Amino acid sequence: MVSVGNNGNQTVYHIKQGAQGSLLTIKNFSLWYGASQALFDVTMSVERGLVTALIGPSGCGKSTLLRCINRMNDLIDSVRVSGQVLYEDKDIFSPKLDVIALRKTMGMVFQKPNPFPMSIFDNVVYPLRVDGVRDKKLLQETAKKALQAAALWDEVEDRLGDNALGLSGGQQQRLCIARAIAAEPDVLLMDEPCSALDPVATAKIEDLIDDLKGRFTIIIVTHNMQQAARVSDNTAFMYLGRLIEYGETSRIFTNPKVEKTMDYVTGRFG
Amino acid sequence: MRNASSKAGEAPQYAPRPRTSDASWNLKARGEPFLWGLGGALVIGILMIAGFTILILYNGVLTFWPQPIYKVSLKDGAVIAGELTRVETYKPEPAELARLDQEARSDIASRGGLVNRDLYRIGNYDLYSEDYRWINDYDIAATEAPPDMYFFERLEWGPFLGAIKSADLNGRIVLGNELTWATVAEAQEWAASRRNRIRNIERYQIGAINYRLEEARLELRKVEISHGKDTPEHEKAFEEYQKQTQRLHAQYEELSKEAAGIKERDEKYTITLADSQGREKNIKLSEIVRFYPANALTLQQKIAIYLSRWWEFLSSEPREANTEGGVLPAIFGTFCMTVLMSLAVAPLGIVAALYLREYAKQGTLVSLVRICVNNLAGVPSIVYGVFGLGFFAYVLGGNIDRLLYPERLPTPTFGTGGLLWASLTLALLTVPVVIVATEEALSAVPKSMREGSLACGASRWQTIRYIILPRALPGIMTGLILAMARGAGEVAPLMLVGVVKMAPALPIDQFFPYIHLDRSFMHLGFHIYDIGFQSRNSEAARPMVYVTTLLLVGLVFLMNALSIIIRNRLKKKFQAGHF
Repeated sequence: MVSVGNNGNQTVYHIKQGAQGSLLTIKNFSLWYGASQALFDVTMSVERGLVTALIGPSGCGKSTLLRCINRMNDLIDSVRVSGQVLYEDKDIFSPKLDVIALRKTMGMVFQKPNPFPMSIFDNVVYPLRVDGVRDKKLLQETAKKALQAAALWDEVEDRLGDNALGLSGGQQQRLCIARAIAAEPDVLLMDEPCSALDPVATAKIEDLIDDLKGRFTIIIVTHNMQQAARVSDNTAFMYLGRLIEYGETSRIFTNPKVEKTMDYVTGRFG
Repeated sequence: MRNASSKAGEAPQYAPRPRTSDASWNLKARGEPFLWGLGGALVIGILMIAGFTILILYNGVLTFWPQPIYKVSLKDGAVIAGELTRVETYKPEPAELARLDQEARSDIASRGGLVNRDLYRIGNYDLYSEDYRWINDYDIAATEAPPDMYFFERLEWGPFLGAIKSADLNGRIVLGNELTWATVAEAQEWAASRRNRIRNIERYQIGAINYRLEEARLELRKVEISHGKDTPEHEKAFEEYQKQTQRLHAQYEELSKEAAGIKERDEKYTITLADSQGREKNIKLSEIVRFYPANALTLQQKIAIYLSRWWEFLSSEPREANTEGGVLPAIFGTFCMTVLMSLAVAPLGIVAALYLREYAKQGTLVSLVRICVNNLAGVPSIVYGVFGLGFFAYVLGGNIDRLLYPERLPTPTFGTGGLLWASLTLALLTVPVVIVATEEALSAVPKSMREGSLACGASRWQTIRYIILPRALPGIMTGLILAMARGAGEVAPLMLVGVVKMAPALPIDQFFPYIHLDRSFMHLGFHIYDIGFQSRNSEAARPMVYVTTLLLVGLVFLMNALSIIIRNRLKKKFQAGHF
């Protein structure tokens, strides 16, 4: 399947369909930072329950695209967008949309671990607290569940009251994942979650993503192609703000339809 | 790439760069002169601060130490007694030298025409009409320190230096052997307690009655304003007023009778003093605040006197036009004003900075506002004082008076300088400091924290409340500390908006509403100016200037230290090691 965008943008699609249909549909989406355009007419859909990886060389717009999904780009004053991002058939950029409610349905993990300067427990239950949950028992159960899911429970079980900044880098990142999944979101957005971690911590996080697969729809931006190949079902290859190829991961990494994708995944450029 | 080319045998030729001068001698290249300059600037700065601190500490700490009294006999037969305060060297006029005999003149000439002279604090202002006297060294025949010289601190006329001649204790004349320090001291203690009792009655109990009388009058006036004269309401209120005033007047009579009784008894306890030349002076025992034989004190006694003087300084009210007694009202006023100012400036500055940094769209307008705020910090403080007087006191206060206190007009309540307006004026003066510091602290919070919080579904306010503010708090505290230090030491604007030389009452007392924001108050900074430059005898007030300065610097230091401790605790909490 080949689609031709408004401005001659060509994208090749061969995605693996999820059993539960698609969750997110991006239609002819473009984005500008001030005068410079960062995304060109991107059209794709994200399957519910699967892991979708966004790959591409630095500056190709994959992080920008990810941050549009929960409107983190709102923080930048000069951003302008056109096109649509439909989440459960609601336009994310519609002025009527409640951004806070939208973000509550999505968890996000950032490039660098960013635990808040408070206790481990307070970090994990932060999304619930800002949602108004005050029930201590519920908070404790949620924290335990989230930390177990993030494979951190055994390491911090007896020091939940300690400051989170005292954890190691890998632990901090898993704490951030626990925080992102504590409120049971539908979507987990991961923006290069392993780029600041060593190989051991990276392996742990990848195992974690494998475990979380199926419970959440995961969209992961990564520089590491092996990682994309290992953890994802579908992979989107972006280049200079354009979506070049979007399809089943095994196909993208073994037999891509577009030559540029082939060049990138075999390491000929990037 | 380079490897490849070198392998190919095309190694590039590097010629040594020509040196313009011998680097080991080029001072500019080695940077040493700059280092000397930087270090020198630091040393000069430290020396100035250290010198200032040592000067104040030395003079301030020594002021209350009891000094010996010297009895100096002059060559012309005169005798004076006093505390030696200062020695200086000067060159006498030829006319003055001509008066001297040959021996003295040649002695002076051998020392280059220079002469020492000593400044003695002779006290006894009521006898001599001067507190200090310069004595030339060549005039002195003999100096001694007799053990029977006493130093009396009196309620009026400053200190008296002299001997005790006799004491009249309610008809019992004490003379000769009986006249020991202990006997007189015991009688003086009783007299002091009588004096305190009289003061308590006249100042506090009768003061309270006066306050109630005024309240009653205002109550009546209120009714008169709202209902008019010759109305049944007014008549009723008038009856009530008369009843109250009668009752209060009766109480007043009783109290003044009691006070008169004590005073009458007090008259019977007197002491006769004699100065160094034998001139006698009879005073009431209760007029003596403290007295001691200056030349016959043991170290413990000296320490006791020193401490009791400090205690008096810190805990009592000023007397003798502020040059003696304590500074409690000034300490209290400074403290109240600084606290109120901090209460006003902290929310105002922090909220303004939060809006500027977190909510406002960063653009030309915000930059402009920021520049203006920075410039406000450079406006002369007296301008703020004028603004405070014009806007706060006259406009705001005037309207408050018209609306809320019409019965007190034309006497202004809030329509004149007072604690509230002074605090607000200083808050205005220091708000730029807080805004700038808070903005700095907010912008130092990493973006990843904000993003993390917002991504969790927190609103902007929740992000500020739970993530940004706690993290920025140490920086904000630094700004508040700076603002507080500046506010506590500021004097010029206060002179316009509420600080007075002598406040009749403290801003906090036992009458509802307990904190009287409309009252004028005393301030340590203004107190320094007042005693140093506005008093009858600036030489006599000079030690007090040092002590008061020491106290003000100490107070600012204490408040700063407290805030710094709080800030460091916060810092520790939020900056546990990363990784």
